[in-house]
Amino acid sequence: MMPMTAIVALAAVTYAFRLAGPLLRGRVTVPAAAERVFTDAATVLLIALAATSALTAGHGFAGWARPAGVLVAGVLVARRAPFPLVVVAAAGVTALLRLAGVS
Amino acid sequence: MRFLWRTASPALLRDVTLVCLADGIVGVSFGATSVAGGLAWWVPVALSVLVFAGGSQIAAVGVVLTGGSPVAAVVAGAVLNTRLFPYGLAVADVVAGPWWRRLLGTHLITDESVAFAMRHAAPERRRASFWACGVALFLVWNATVLLGVALGSTVRNTNAFGLDATFPAVMLALALPTLTSRSTRVAAGTGAVIAVALTPVLPAGLPLLAALGGLGVRWNGWRGRRSAARPEAPQDSGSAVNQEELSAGGKR
Repeated sequence: MMPMTAIVALAAVTYAFRLAGPLLRGRVTVPAAAERVFTDAATVLLIALAATSALTAGHGFAGWARPAGVLVAGVLVARRAPFPLVVVAAAGVTALLRLAGVS
Repeated sequence: MRFLWRTASPALLRDVTLVCLADGIVGVSFGATSVAGGLAWWVPVALSVLVFAGGSQIAAVGVVLTGGSPVAAVVAGAVLNTRLFPYGLAVADVVAGPWWRRLLGTHLITDESVAFAMRHAAPERRRASFWACGVALFLVWNATVLLGVALGSTVRNTNAFGLDATFPAVMLALALPTLTSRSTRVAAGTGAVIAVALTPVLPAGLPLLAALGGLGVRWNGWRGRRSAARPEAPQDSGSAVNQEELSAGGKR
């Protein structure tokens, strides 16, 4: 369930983050330490989300096919493969494994 | 926006096309996975038009699809989008102009459009790059999400195509390049372990927020190292990060 109010709330917060920069330009400087906390928080969330959405479904294990596809994607990212290739490889490996009977 | 076409070079158009192609694949996947997971068709569509920040859209939908509450979804998306604030500071000159252009340009601030603007120093080229990327991306993103919604509604079993693997893959593609310092890697690794370990026992959505506890590891380490950070600091296991903290401090 994702009600419209939740979507509008996320949209409003997101627009506020976007607008704050142009509005405050020249009046504030973000301390480098604070900026690092922002970026680190985003990185921690992204990696945690990658891990949970790769490995789990509901409260249990997602099966081997999906993490295998994501692992291949991770290796491609580390080797600086183009983004479309990364996404297609993740889906392709997972689909092929399922076709072969790996759940 | 005629000023755009006067300054748009073939190289810029080629790069914008490549970025749109990449994000288009994600857009299709996002739309398809959302409706295949049981969300109404207008949820991914409204998110794409109003929020227009792919990572946070995927995160929010990921939270609710795994059973999390809308509040957890909004918090997760909002935390991811805090990075738009420093982005806004970086491209404030580019979105300046009449009020309508400022409002519109503000909505087009994304990882991609900011990266395009930052590649140039000349105001005219910064502006052209930002707007070309931003406008094209907005159109392509929303069109491909719609296409995905149509596909997801007709093809019932999207899992057979492995589309569920594209979400985590996109998250990795966004996050791995930012794991440049050891403290960030430790925080992210700790957060991931916390989130996965808590998934079987906590309501969906909460493990993700608990992952932010990984930041605590980073902060403690940071404070400890900072007091020890002297130019002649002995080479210990934390020295690589030490150097980095020093140079970051020097820039301030």
